[in-house]
Amino acid sequence: MRYLPLSDTDRADMLARVGVDSIDELFADIPAKARLNDLVDLPRRAGELQVERQLSALASKNVPASSVPFFVGAGAYKHHVPSTVDHLIQRSEFLTSYTPYQPEITQGTLQYLFEFQTQVARLTAMDVANASMYDGSTGTGEAVLMAHRVTKRKKAVLSGGLHPQYREVVEGLSGQAGDVVVALPADPKGTEDILSQIDKETSCVVVQSPNFFGQIIDLKPVAEKAHECGALLVAVFTEVVSLGLIEPPGTQGADIVVGEGQSIGNGLNFGGPYVGLFATRQKYVRQMPGRLCGETTDVDGKRGFVLTLSTREQHIRRDKATSNICTNSGLCCLAFTIHMSLLGGTGLTQLARINHANAVKLKGLLAAVPGVEVLNTAYFNEFTVKLPKAAHGVVEALAEKGILAGVPVSRLIPGKPELENLLVVASTEVNTDEDRADFAAALKEVLA
Amino acid sequence: MSMNTQGRPTSAGEAGEAFRPKTFTGNRALDMEEPLIFEFGRLDVTGVDLDEPEDFVAELGGNERKDALELPGLAEPEAMRHYVRLSRNNYAIDSGLYPLGSCTMKHNPRLNEKMARLPGFGDIHPLQPLSTVKGAVELIDQLSHWLMTLTGTSAVAMSPKAGAHGELCGMMAIKAAHTAAGRDPKIVLVPESAHGTNPATAALLGYKVVSIDAKDEDGTVDLEALKRKIAEHAGDIAAIMLTNPNTCGLFEREIIEIAAAIHAADAYFYCDGANFNAIVGKARPGDLGVDAMHINLHKTFSTPHGGGGPGSGPVVLSDRLAPFAPLPFIRKGENGPVLVETEAGTVEGEKPFGRMTAFHGQMGMYVRALSYMLSHGSDGLRQASEDAVLNANYVRVGLQDLMSLPFGERPCMHEVLFDDTFLKDTGVTTLDFAKAMIDEGYHPMTMYFPLVVHGAMLIEPTESESRAALDLFIATMRDLVLSAKRGETARFSGAPYLSPRRRLDETKAARNPVLKWTAPEPAEVTPVAAE
Repeated sequence: MRYLPLSDTDRADMLARVGVDSIDELFADIPAKARLNDLVDLPRRAGELQVERQLSALASKNVPASSVPFFVGAGAYKHHVPSTVDHLIQRSEFLTSYTPYQPEITQGTLQYLFEFQTQVARLTAMDVANASMYDGSTGTGEAVLMAHRVTKRKKAVLSGGLHPQYREVVEGLSGQAGDVVVALPADPKGTEDILSQIDKETSCVVVQSPNFFGQIIDLKPVAEKAHECGALLVAVFTEVVSLGLIEPPGTQGADIVVGEGQSIGNGLNFGGPYVGLFATRQKYVRQMPGRLCGETTDVDGKRGFVLTLSTREQHIRRDKATSNICTNSGLCCLAFTIHMSLLGGTGLTQLARINHANAVKLKGLLAAVPGVEVLNTAYFNEFTVKLPKAAHGVVEALAEKGILAGVPVSRLIPGKPELENLLVVASTEVNTDEDRADFAAALKEVLA
Repeated sequence: MSMNTQGRPTSAGEAGEAFRPKTFTGNRALDMEEPLIFEFGRLDVTGVDLDEPEDFVAELGGNERKDALELPGLAEPEAMRHYVRLSRNNYAIDSGLYPLGSCTMKHNPRLNEKMARLPGFGDIHPLQPLSTVKGAVELIDQLSHWLMTLTGTSAVAMSPKAGAHGELCGMMAIKAAHTAAGRDPKIVLVPESAHGTNPATAALLGYKVVSIDAKDEDGTVDLEALKRKIAEHAGDIAAIMLTNPNTCGLFEREIIEIAAAIHAADAYFYCDGANFNAIVGKARPGDLGVDAMHINLHKTFSTPHGGGGPGSGPVVLSDRLAPFAPLPFIRKGENGPVLVETEAGTVEGEKPFGRMTAFHGQMGMYVRALSYMLSHGSDGLRQASEDAVLNANYVRVGLQDLMSLPFGERPCMHEVLFDDTFLKDTGVTTLDFAKAMIDEGYHPMTMYFPLVVHGAMLIEPTESESRAALDLFIATMRDLVLSAKRGETARFSGAPYLSPRRRLDETKAARNPVLKWTAPEPAEVTPVAAE
């Protein structure tokens, strides 16, 4: 087997050295009746070529985003990632290293984590950011638990603009922990009255902007009301590129900011691995979940970096830890950091402008299709259209024409007649004028 | 014309061998000092060429960013050099033996990287129409089949993002099963040798963690003590969380009796599958009475650790827990596997407790893990477990006369645990010893874990090491032990001496946390009076 260096001669010699007659003697502690004497019923070993053929056959049954006009968003976005990023993250020293628990020989990882934390803090206009969560949705679940710890309250209010699957993650985690979740109904127009839901029992109010339907939400009034009641504002985003153009949650009064970082540096990957961004105010840093990288010096006085404040973490605090998280999204952080270093503020702003300009163009084209109504008044690269018939069938019909048109709201929130005709569409820098024109023309045909 | 006979010297001159120049740059040849991007990037530089969009009227509703983004940019060659230089300060499996016990630092085949990057896997969106991702659903279904077959179980929740997330998933399924049965037990039993994630997970769900005792002679669970604990908390125990093989590298011999005792108390058996790599193809957790077990695809099935992630932690479930598996899950349909994403899509008997994450879990890791499994096959997977166990025992017998085994000279599984008795009176601690390994070109083993032995050193060589590599490792460790016993404390107390950084001040880092870069205050300029 090509991955196993021991030869049969080695094995025989080593068994003798260990002092046993057969390898099975080393497995003698397994109860006899549970020992497998035969191979399990699965195929035998295969060479690279065979494996490649088998997996390529599966891959070929899927339609890659790059191969068609592509407008699917709703929490994951198709962007162009510079070639440098994928080359660098495949450096052996990054790819095959463990969590940097031995800082003397993992300064590479630690330094990029420090750069990552700084980039995320600046992007969100927050004081501190951690070294990542699994993704935006699990980060949101953790943000709510953190708000409960900070406020010593147990009730979270969730906006109806929060991504439905993020809501489900929060509900699952909080529900089983015995906490209260007040989830407002889906809010396609961004007009819900969330302020009246915030009271003296509220630990946090969770608002996404741009929200699931693409609408940009002014967070300032929510922050104000939350703070009046002693609650925290948890601001969520799923499209980090939006921060190149819109006001960051930090300057709008957010106490915890959590978002999906996939758009920068990371591919679609059918939903994972992604990278959760998590930032907060300095005063709450000891209540944060996840790893933190901090600056220090070595015995020679040279600057270096270490994992720090680990007394919050499970491997030290066990059942008193702020979270059970251990493995995070290290390599996805690296991809994010490299892509962000290449973009710089200048590049990110320009990328965001292109995204917004493309969405404005697409909105104009789709709004001109008879029977189509655009619901948003303020949006970034994504918006919601109301179709004259069920969105699900329209998307399937468009897929048959080779256009991946967006996400029917009913796929995530089924059984609500008022949402049945809604379609969330995104247009990023990867779409051409021709893509958009094809989409509008095909939609017109399908609706005719 | 005459030839120049004064050629390039081919041997070192007399210049002192001991002379180490203090360089102007602080660099030492290939060992480079590298600033932070914030110290050399510039706000008006970008390494990505983007066109100016045509004129458009913004529709941001007055929510425009007001302050410019203070993020420096790098041109592509600068970025390339910066991150390549950083990478060279990292130890990695590809550059050396990485014997971190419990972490399973085995070889990461590059075929798996190539497969995960096929556009049909890497460039598909989690919410594009299901008719356009049939191959992806099929791949998840195939991987599920391999995981269930190898573990002897009938269901698997694929979506958890890492081991600890898998623990959470398994424990949430257990809690949902208790609730469905009208029960509300409050206690989870966890041995002291457990990974920290176990008690942290139980506590996250509001459970009270009660510690269970280990036998002095080998650190495994004391069955009689466990039975007493169960009787003491009769009716109030939700589950036991047990790692097997345990964190001392030993298989729990009484595992079947432990499972039976737990089941008799109406509780569930959660197995931490971090060490499943020791027994793949040799035994199936389902046959041992396990109700739920996460599998770290980034350990057992070699998806890269990536400097701390991403991982993937699917959880296999027993029949009793299967109905509670979270969304999304795959159901066998007449025309192939069906992806169920919402509660509205469930049928009779399916009672998902909720959702662990947006979308479908770590697809990128699924592809890599399946590629690894297909490559090994049933025979290769079993061989890998056997080689891992053989390698660990080879290290054990190579060191047991000089180092100290806390539980005597019995065979271990895939990792061997030493304690620090052999360092007694040498003035060298486990930490010092580990740091001296760095100077020898090794990543240290896991230290001070598990907590049940003093000054623990947990060595997991994995199946990826050749006999020659193990022989050199053993010889190096022996040299270090003898050196410590000879009283050569300087080799240890100041170690490492030769790494890019020497010991770092962790107390300083924690006391005054500096968690991001801030521009230094500009130096005060004293005006010079004009003559």
